[in-house]
Amino acid sequence: MADTALPLEAGAEKANRPGLLQRIFINNLPAKIAALPMMATVLVVFVGCTIWTIYYSFTNSKLLPTGKLVGFDQYERLFATSRWNVSVWNLVAYGAMSLVFTLVIGFILAVLIDQKIRFESAFRTIMLYPFALSFIVTGLVWQWIMNPTLGLQGTLRGLGWTGFTFDWIANPRMVLFALLIAGLWHGTGFCMVLMLAGLRGVDEEVWKAARIDGIPTWRTYVSIVIPMMRGVLVTAVVIIGSGIVRLYDLVVALTNGGPGISSEVPAKYVFNYMFSGGNIGQGLAGATMMLLTVLIIMIPWAYLEFGGKGRRT
Amino acid sequence: MTATIPAGTPMATGPNEPRGQRPKPFFTPRKIILYSVLVVFSLYYLFPLYVMLTTSLKSMPEIRFGNIFALPTAPSFEAWAKAWSSACTGLNCNGLAPGFWNSVKITIPSTVVSIFIAAVNGYALVNWRFKFSEVFFAILIFGSFIPYQVMLYPLVMITRELGIFGSLQAVILIHTIFGMPILTLLFRNYFASLPQELFKAARVDGAGFWRIFFEIMLPMSLPIFVVALILQITGIWNDFLFGVVFAGNVNYPMTVQLNNIVNSAQGTPEYNVNMAATVLTGLVPLIVYFVSGKWFVRGVAAGAVKG
Repeated sequence: MADTALPLEAGAEKANRPGLLQRIFINNLPAKIAALPMMATVLVVFVGCTIWTIYYSFTNSKLLPTGKLVGFDQYERLFATSRWNVSVWNLVAYGAMSLVFTLVIGFILAVLIDQKIRFESAFRTIMLYPFALSFIVTGLVWQWIMNPTLGLQGTLRGLGWTGFTFDWIANPRMVLFALLIAGLWHGTGFCMVLMLAGLRGVDEEVWKAARIDGIPTWRTYVSIVIPMMRGVLVTAVVIIGSGIVRLYDLVVALTNGGPGISSEVPAKYVFNYMFSGGNIGQGLAGATMMLLTVLIIMIPWAYLEFGGKGRRT
Repeated sequence: MTATIPAGTPMATGPNEPRGQRPKPFFTPRKIILYSVLVVFSLYYLFPLYVMLTTSLKSMPEIRFGNIFALPTAPSFEAWAKAWSSACTGLNCNGLAPGFWNSVKITIPSTVVSIFIAAVNGYALVNWRFKFSEVFFAILIFGSFIPYQVMLYPLVMITRELGIFGSLQAVILIHTIFGMPILTLLFRNYFASLPQELFKAARVDGAGFWRIFFEIMLPMSLPIFVVALILQITGIWNDFLFGVVFAGNVNYPMTVQLNNIVNSAQGTPEYNVNMAATVLTGLVPLIVYFVSGKWFVRGVAAGAVKG
């Protein structure tokens, strides 16, 4: 534990307390060398690159990230661009639906699986396998299923149900729901696994007590079990939430932002401006907004998890 | 263990439930509803797999005039062969095979390097704490939630400066960087769970940092290595963003090539080839998933932090 570095320090204490430089650089040297990749990642990538991005989002960088500081110009332009606003709105709408449905479906599935059913592991396997696949694969399969002429719609019309309509992928007003279907297919199994772990962590005694008191099952879930699963739920929300902000591959594979710009998302906007739009400042400003969104999700969570009680990871 | 016995369920009478007291009829209304709901959900999850496989085995006329539910009348792997070796991505028509090998060339070193570095990190964090080590670790974990797009452009510049942009090394470096938080967390927690006496005894015997790592810690950490391996193989294989940005055209991984094949606008789309290509790309993670079973679930649960 911490005392491994102690003998050295204690020995040298009297004569001259090891100087700050020595404590930082010399003591425990192999460990520091071993942790060098981690420290470099933290300082250069997580801290350095983030600060770099924020700084250059305030410049008028075009093709190359140089230029003079222009204050909030990039942000003003960003929020005057309909494509960005559509992206943000899409993300909010998709994110809200995705979060709610993933949690609800994940929870329902976990409760069902938890009923001492037969073939439990078969059901679990079936529900989780989409999570093993990439968003690209997910997007392309659903693109094919939702293909208006040859997919589900065409098939059911061919079978005689001529009024059947399932053209969400080509319909600007419904395309987010198409995205949602594919996204839920991919992620609900994972949520189920988390929730199941939470449910199984609830003590059997709680159920016995509730039954003795004659509390109906659904009430027990709502008023006792779910509050007890707070930890799992919070974790799930944070994971799903930060995944939603990153939403990119799925959109690229399923709709590529279309029809028109009706399924654009911020991550895609940022990517396009950085790598093909030739307007890096815009991309960086968009990226900074994404960062801000994640911080808004993360900070309250970090505060609740690590701020209140003793600091533990 | 199994915590929930909802009211109304007959109490289990032992490990061999069915042989216990007079079995309740299996088809209680409650059970019928329960299983129907589960089956309906299962169909939702299975349908795309079914569609992928059947479509990939059909011929184009059959796809055009048949329906999406139908089984292939004359199953053929022709589309698979084409997807593998001659489907077109833009200008080249070499199929997915180059992408497959690129993915292999990316996944293996990325996995090995990132796991090794994370294992050493985790070990140093638990057994050789130094000034600010916990601070670094906290930032590392917090940093894993920063959207990749925020760090993407500076990383492009860094890899360009290093002279590796557009090469496999760049992708490997990026995967190592972004795999580090979750893997370090994994190893840190695992090493913290090992008995400290072992480490102290080795110290007393005069073993140093690396010797303890290689001779004591590593041999004991097989289970966590398996979890890390599954996490990294599936994660890196399924990556799209880093491949697109850092690999360069010749080195595109399979996911990128797949997307290019299917979503390239030219020519009449060959849905059977597209679906065969999709199956081929999903095959590696699916095999990992089915072979590893419980380990995958553990990896997923552990990898939860990565999101």
